[in-house]
Amino acid sequence: MNLTLKIWRQQGPQDKGKMVDYKVSDISEHMSFLEMMDVLNEQLINKGEEPVAFDHDCREGICGMCSMYINGEAHGPDRGVTTCQLHMRMFKDGDTITIEPFRAKAFPVIKDLVVDRSSFDRIQHAGGFISVNTSGNTQDANAILIDKHDADTAMDAATCIGCGACVASCKNSSAMLFVGAKVSQYALLPQGQVEAVDRVKNMVAQMDLEGFGNCTNTGACEVECPKGISLENIARMNREFLSANIKG
Amino acid sequence: MSGFLNSSIGRKFTMALSALFLMLFILQHFAINILSVFSPDSFNEISHFMGTNPLVQFALQPVLLFGVIYHFVMGFILEIKNRNARTVKYYKNNGAANSTWMSRNMIWSGGFILVFLVIHFIDFWFPEINTKFIQGDMSGLLADGEGYRYYEELTHKFVPVWRVALYCIGFVFLSLHLLHGFNSAFQSVGANNKYIKGLKGFGKAYAILIPLGFIFIALFHHFNH
Repeated sequence: MNLTLKIWRQQGPQDKGKMVDYKVSDISEHMSFLEMMDVLNEQLINKGEEPVAFDHDCREGICGMCSMYINGEAHGPDRGVTTCQLHMRMFKDGDTITIEPFRAKAFPVIKDLVVDRSSFDRIQHAGGFISVNTSGNTQDANAILIDKHDADTAMDAATCIGCGACVASCKNSSAMLFVGAKVSQYALLPQGQVEAVDRVKNMVAQMDLEGFGNCTNTGACEVECPKGISLENIARMNREFLSANIKG
Repeated sequence: MSGFLNSSIGRKFTMALSALFLMLFILQHFAINILSVFSPDSFNEISHFMGTNPLVQFALQPVLLFGVIYHFVMGFILEIKNRNARTVKYYKNNGAANSTWMSRNMIWSGGFILVFLVIHFIDFWFPEINTKFIQGDMSGLLADGEGYRYYEELTHKFVPVWRVALYCIGFVFLSLHLLHGFNSAFQSVGANNKYIKGLKGFGKAYAILIPLGFIFIALFHHFNH
């Protein structure tokens, strides 16, 4: 298929940036979106032009690096996929596709489609962990009984890959689905109880400090999340935060 | 606790609490107003009770006013903060693909409700305060002293077509606001669990039936005057 691409080009963080049109031809419907971008970049390199910078790593939906806003949606029009899992069969011959970086004040653009998501790292550092003695005295994990439903729900929350699609899709650039998932994965397990109060308070404080917006429960994050993280995690974080503030 | 109230979640929580309180108030307001259709005497009696009872006037009314003002002021503060969280807008954004129009436009439906509330206050609340607390007439009686004035005042207000139309539009925006706001308030206070399915249905019914009921009352008095 032949396509017209409207791509955001930005030389660096200080550059104003603009949308630039490109034509690509003979794109197979079996290609992934990133393979189509590879074809474009090869074309640009052969012409002596600067290739489009975009993040990618595993190309199998795990790393969460491929942050692209395609035709007005994070990771494109398909559901439950990252950009690398988006296939060109989702588009038609002759289509014009707009490709932009994830937009949020807390996700500044580094170059073209590459954004800085280290704000997520700082939120994780603020409390997204448990302190475990790993000096050889670690208790066998199977010795601690965990309700199957709680274990499954915690695992569902832990599937969050921190790609930032929730922030990109939210009209308020809110990070609450990400933080909610990270709080929930420990809140549901006995190992997470010891630091539960500090965890939620510190992670929410860091989230606010990074300049993310407020959740207004539109649910866009849940729909666009490639891992299907549920809004229930935000509700759980709200309960945890209230409870932590009451406990002091 | 000041840390909680200044946090994003704390503000969300208090917005939701004020919303839940206002939704209870709307239900109570509707229950009284619908009496004007079925029993003008009962409507007069309860209006007089609500308008003169010290607990209602000096305890509940200030709480209600605080709730209304807080909900609007905090709504606008959060909207400004949320807009600042994305300084560069998308070239193309397909919001309809992942969220409802109501959820994305709460500030607009809320803004129209604020305009409606100002008109509603000018129509009913300010004259009521003037009669009772400035002129000092707590009797609730008509000028000729023959019965209560509340039913007469209500039906008289809905004579002009323009006011009935304005109220109907106001209630449509109230419905749009509630269609997202009802369930959103429960989510914000952390109530999202297996019972949420039933609550969602109830929320939709509330958001449609209550404003529809208010529209019915306005139209009923317009056509029966």
